[in-house]
Parts: sequence; C-alpha cells; structure tokens
Amino acid sequence: MTRDTSSGPRLTVTGVSHRYGGMQALRDISLTAEPGEVMVLVGPSGCGKSTLLGIMGGMLAPSEGAVTCVGGVPPDCLNALTYVFQDFSLLPWRTVAGNVALVLEDRLPKLDCAARVAQVLALTGLTEFAAAWPRQLSGGMKQRVGIARALAVRPACLLLDEPLSALDAQTRDLLLDEFSALIAAAGITTVYVTHNLAEAVRLGHQIVVLSRRPGRVRDILRVDRPLAGRDLADPELIALEQRLWRMIRDDAAEAERETVHA
Amino acid sequence: MPDRPVVFRGGGFAPRDRARAAAATLIGIVLLWQAGASAGLIPTMFLPAPVSIVRALWALTVSGELWANLSVSLIRLAVGWIVGTVFGIGMGLAVGLWSALRSPGMAIVSALFPIPKIALVPLFIVWFGIGEGSKLATLAFGVFFPTVIATAGAVDNVPRGLIRMGQSFGLSHAAIVRKIVLPAALPAILSGFRVTSSIAIVLLVAAEMIGAEKGIGAFVLSAGNLYDTDNLLAGIVVLSVLGLIVSWAIGRLERVFLRWR
Repeated sequence: MTRDTSSGPRLTVTGVSHRYGGMQALRDISLTAEPGEVMVLVGPSGCGKSTLLGIMGGMLAPSEGAVTCVGGVPPDCLNALTYVFQDFSLLPWRTVAGNVALVLEDRLPKLDCAARVAQVLALTGLTEFAAAWPRQLSGGMKQRVGIARALAVRPACLLLDEPLSALDAQTRDLLLDEFSALIAAAGITTVYVTHNLAEAVRLGHQIVVLSRRPGRVRDILRVDRPLAGRDLADPELIALEQRLWRMIRDDAAEAERETVHA
Repeated sequence: MPDRPVVFRGGGFAPRDRARAAAATLIGIVLLWQAGASAGLIPTMFLPAPVSIVRALWALTVSGELWANLSVSLIRLAVGWIVGTVFGIGMGLAVGLWSALRSPGMAIVSALFPIPKIALVPLFIVWFGIGEGSKLATLAFGVFFPTVIATAGAVDNVPRGLIRMGQSFGLSHAAIVRKIVLPAALPAILSGFRVTSSIAIVLLVAAEMIGAEKGIGAFVLSAGNLYDTDNLLAGIVVLSVLGLIVSWAIGRLERVFLRWR
C-alpha cells in the first residue's frame, strides 16, 4: 500500500467562482493540492467548503474557473478522484463487503475483486464485519467502510467531505488517528474538508482558511511535520489551532447569524 | 407542597401485531354466523350457513368445476398482472429517470389513470374480441397505471446522495440504475404490488362478469342468476382466499428481497 509520497497528482484550482442562483458561494479561489500531501479546507459553516470540494472532484460544474489534475495516476487506479462522504453513503441493501465490491465490480475479474475487498477490509479492521449489513454498524464502523471503499479503487486523490462530522466525539478521535495513519501510509494527494480545527492541525500539510460567504481564500498555513509524529496534545499544534480559531471566530459568529436569517 | 409520585404518562401509541387475535377474530365471526344460522336467526335463503358453503365448495372441488373455473381465472390474473407490471415498471423508470419522458409520460398517465377500467371493457371487446384478449387487456391496463405511479414515485425518492456516490466512483449510468436506483426503489414498488394485485382481482371478476363462459367471476354471476346462494358464496370465499394467498406471497417476496431492512 505504501507509495512514494511524491507520486500522487497535483490538483490545481484556478480562479474558481460559484453561484447558486443569485447567491455567490465561492469567489475567485485558486489553490494547489500538492502531490502526496493533505490539504485541509476550513471555514465557517456555509462558506462553500463542500461546494469547493464538489468542484474539485468534478461533481459540480463551477460558474467560473477550472480544476486541473496533473500527473501521477497509479496504473491500478480505477477512480482517480475519490470521495469519502459525511453521511457515509452506503447502500443499505449491500453488506459491508458488497458495498466495497460495488465500486470494483464489472471492472476487475471476480477473483481480483474479492482479493481487493479482503485487503481493504483488513486494512480498516473490518474483516470480521464483511457480512454485516450497514444498519448493524455504528457510525464509526460505517465510515470505516466508506474509507475502505475509497481505498479499494486505488485513488490518486482522496476527497473527504467532513468525514467525521456525523460521529460522536470519542469515535471521532479514534477514527482521526486511523485516518491519519492510512493517509500517511497511502501517500495520496488528499483534500479534507472540516469545520473541526483539531482535525485540521492533525492532518493538514496545508490548511486553507476560507472566509464566510462568499467563500474566498483568507489565508493558507503550512504545517511541515510528518503526520505520523503529530499528537493533539502537542503545544505547537494547540497554538496553531488557536491561531486558526482567532482567524475564523468572527466570521463563524457572523455566518451563524446569517444562516439563521436566511 | 406534598410529595407526589411522578405518574407514568408515556404509554400507548405503540400497537402491536397479535397473530392469534387475527385468527381468533375470523374464526369467531364464522362460528357466530354458523350459530346464528343453526338457531334460525339468519335466513339461510339469503345468507347460507358456513357449513353449507363448505359443502358446496367440497362438491365443486370433487366435480372439478371449481378448478375448471379457477384455473382459467388464475391464468388471466397472472398474465394480465405480469404484462401490466412489466410495462408499468418500465414506464415508471423512464418517467423517473429521463426528463424527456417525464412530462409526456405523466401527462398520459394523469389523463388515463382516472378512467374506471371497467368502462373500457366494452371497448376492449370491440378491439380484442370477446375472448381472452379483452380480459387480459382490462387487467393489464388497470395494473399498468398504478404501477407507473408507484415506480416513478419510488425512483424520485431514491436518496440523491447514493446516486451521487455512484457517479463519484465513476459507475456507468446503467450500473447506477441497476445497482442503486432499482434496489432503492424496490420497497415502494413491492408495496405497489399490494395495490395492483387487489386491483387485478377486482378487474378480473368484473371482466369475467361482462362476457365469459369460465372463470370465478362468470361462475359467481351464473350462481346469482340461479339464486344458488351456496355456490355464489363458495365462489366469493374462493376470491377471498385468492386475495389472502396473493398478499401472503407478496409478503414472502418482501421478506426475501428486503431482508437488509
């Protein structure tokens, strides 16, 4: 599973703006997700983070601007830009193994498909749940299935849309450690949307702070420490988290009122 | 203020199924009916006693007359319902999936659905003849429209997030329909089957009463014409049992296909 960290593609956003009807959601965003690195998008609610992630993965057509993905798609990659969803998006009528197999079927020979399902389930600690139905799983297990499904297609870029937001705080911390290890090991170019600043400093090489609606890039912070050595109790990361919070605090307060009035 | 115990107020609003109560109710009614008839409280001329109905049913079974009528009805029911259902699901999917077909399809459905299909039987006799064709057309037509509406509604209610998930993993349009849209729509389509199967039984009997030599509907009608209430009610009991069997079969189907729920 371990790859050369410089092998992933570079995902570049140039001059992207987006409007929903008359409402400007994003204004003139330019960003670059570097190969094998994690870019975290943070910002107050309604700032267009998820919209931007949708545009980056080709699920939304931006009103203006473009996204380009350059180089480095692994040869066994079945789906270059692969999402992990906040609501897990599992098919309730398929078992855990079936949900992972969904994205491999018709593309791989049966045996390879089964082998790959087994491999990613082992990687995410789901082997003994292979035959379970989604309704039997806790939120954390469901999101592990989401991650397993995403890794099964050998993505070049991983796009995570608030993957831990639907989980309780304890499960979130456990999964954060697992995600961090999986992402570090896979060395995939990753874009991670969150409103949780602890997640941002734990995972991000690049932390992009968006302003409230219409979302624009307010600042980009770099954290040049390997993911493996990071600890949420680290004073340096805590300081960084507080700095981020000061940056978006006023915006968050404003955004919250705005949402109520909308 | 004196101490007061907190009174429980969260009860009720949680009815439970009791299979025994269901069976006991039906058996109880039949027993009461029989008792009333035996005691002379119910004029058996108009409402024969359950025992007489059972006797009539037995006689019809032994003579083969029951099967001769029932088999014809069952074939009509099966063929008519399947044709209507297959076309209905096809049309419902088309309406649910493609904008180009949505408004035209729903316009046709909205215009034709409210027509009582029995009113069309004479027309179908003109078109397809007095034989099987007109009966099958009535059934298929009657089943088609509710199936379209159930299927289209089911497809509309497929969670958008699941479809977007399929798209984001690069699944083909056909794979999304087959592996995401259809299974997600299946529960609502199956509950549509409950509605369409009873519509089919109603239309079957009506069509058989308008012009048929064989079939449960024709049998009931001719028994009525002869004031043969024993046989008339025997035919009605057969229809009730038929309805129960169909509903049980759909329940089994649901259990097989929806075991993930």
